Amino acid sequence: MSATKRPLSPFMIGPYYKPQMTSVLSITHRITGTALVVGTLLLVYWLAAAALGPQAYHHAQAVLGSMLGQLLMFLWTWALFYHMANGIRHLFWDAGYGFEMPDATKSGWAVIWASIILTVLCWLIAAP
Amino acid sequence: MSIRTPLARVRGLGSAKDGTHHWWMQRVTSIALVPLVLWFAFSMLRYSRLEYEAFQHWLSSPINAGLMVTFLATVFYHAKLGMQVIYEDYVRPEWVMYVALLVTQFVLFLLGAISIISVLKIALA
Repeated sequence: MSATKRPLSPFMIGPYYKPQMTSVLSITHRITGTALVVGTLLLVYWLAAAALGPQAYHHAQAVLGSMLGQLLMFLWTWALFYHMANGIRHLFWDAGYGFEMPDATKSGWAVIWASIILTVLCWLIAAP
Repeated sequence: MSIRTPLARVRGLGSAKDGTHHWWMQRVTSIALVPLVLWFAFSMLRYSRLEYEAFQHWLSSPINAGLMVTFLATVFYHAKLGMQVIYEDYVRPEWVMYVALLVTQFVLFLLGAISIISVLKIALA
């Protein structure tokens, strides 16, 4: 394989490297981050509608209250909590803690479970 | 392969003079966002279901409006920093990366401005 045709990150995960806790959670951090940036469009639309008046507000509420709107909001909540939990994991690494492989695997599972539990809890408490 | 030395290649390009600023601000904004995200996610799920007047009333409280403006400013700054790293890692050729970065910066600034002004309009009405 010539040097210029080498697979570039992140496209070597899967066909060349076995997916691992560290690499999969790392790329998921970037994917959720990008998805959250796109998701801000929904938030800006919502806030602008609230500032524009009752008619725009009710329209926005109908859009977000639809099946698709609620599904997007649910996925977006999970992405937000995943990015937050894994971000905290990164902050610990920045401080120099948790680099041993067993620790990194353990904190990875903690991030996965925290993101799921926080998402479900948040919807149960705030949006019954 | 170039036979030029690494020093010759960087000479004349100048120093970026910002050292670890990008890295540091990404950490500062992420620490600030932990409590803000918890407040925001809970509040939006709960109060976005309110009627128009009730939602205006909720957002016009100085505490809620202040938290929301802080959240928005921090989120859009953090988003700019994060997207920059992703573009720098994955987007080539270089000019496409710079165009994507510029467009993203302008759009994120505009989104931040629209959302913050919306909150202020409600809060100061």
